[in-house]
Amino acid sequence: MSADANGGISRRGFLAISAATLGGVMLAPGIRLIEIASARAPDQPVSNKVRWGLLIDTNKCTPGCDDCVKACATENGLKSTGHPRTDAQWIRKVELKDMRTGHTNSVPVMCQHCEHPPCVDVCPTGASFKRADGIVLVDRHICIGCRYCMMACPYKARSIVFQNITGQNPDVPRGNGCAEACTLCVHRVDRDQQPACVEACTKAGHNAMTFGDLNDPHSEIAQRVAKYASTQIRADLELNTGVRYQGL
Amino acid sequence: MKRNAIGTSAGRIARAICLLALTLPVLAFASDRVPKPVIDIARPGKCVEDTETMRRDHPDMLLHQRYLTVHEGIRTRKFSLKVCVQCHASKKTGSVLGKNGFCQSCHDYASVKIDCFSCHEPKPKPTSGGNP
Repeated sequence: MSADANGGISRRGFLAISAATLGGVMLAPGIRLIEIASARAPDQPVSNKVRWGLLIDTNKCTPGCDDCVKACATENGLKSTGHPRTDAQWIRKVELKDMRTGHTNSVPVMCQHCEHPPCVDVCPTGASFKRADGIVLVDRHICIGCRYCMMACPYKARSIVFQNITGQNPDVPRGNGCAEACTLCVHRVDRDQQPACVEACTKAGHNAMTFGDLNDPHSEIAQRVAKYASTQIRADLELNTGVRYQGL
Repeated sequence: MKRNAIGTSAGRIARAICLLALTLPVLAFASDRVPKPVIDIARPGKCVEDTETMRRDHPDMLLHQRYLTVHEGIRTRKFSLKVCVQCHASKKTGSVLGKNGFCQSCHDYASVKIDCFSCHEPKPKPTSGGNP
């Protein structure tokens, strides 16, 4: 900050501060250069004021690209056991083709983080649960590996681990005999980062995935779902998924 | 008279046995004949609580913290298993398991199975910036 001889702020200094303040707060209505810290303190529990969501723009998702799948495997320590049919799969690419028009879509499908998750309904031990902020998880301490959740999930999102695992990512403990699925990278979300798939998609310049708080009207995702038509897979089940697709 | 003499000698033997039984453990500890677990702390310093509390209560601390972390997203450092591993992993093997590993040597000694590390990683992440 530059100050003039009288000890007050000079005109130039005043302008610089004003510009910085304006830039930090708002560039255009609703779009901020720097997101104002509304982050939760580490010792505060998650709240239901937040509903984490993911919007996937299928028009930007390229067929054959699996950057998100690779990023997920790296982040969460998913390694092939040599049995691809039974390997844990947290996210997969699905190719869709309209047989009448020949139009194809390529979309990533993962746990849809339902508001009313069937996996939670059927879990006999309470291991499958929904966090207050809408992220559906498995508490592996309680999971007995019965696989009811795998049967109940309409999106085939859950996997079971069959073999002993070593060399996990310390942030992502996982082991034999437990059901598991996409966690929306909950360990990253809790420290204000984006899920690994979203980060990889953005980094590669595809920008097909948007992550954010659906309940915050200023968030990019909330504004996009308000502006553009988006669909939920199997919306007829009325599960109100947190993952939505644009252009499907 | 005769009966009395027998009684006295039997009493003497009994007293000797009692004395031996009382002093044996002391003698044994004095001569380090009882095996003890290897407690090798790679990064010595102040733990989150004093040693006696940690020895007695660490399972409860971890149990409590695991609920807070998994269900409520509270990722504070104090009772985080990941942070335990960062300090207590052996410098030689890089792990809290193994023959003289901090966790395993005591648990083997007490014959208590540790389940934690069938899912949790017993080695600290080299690049982790200490985020619990």
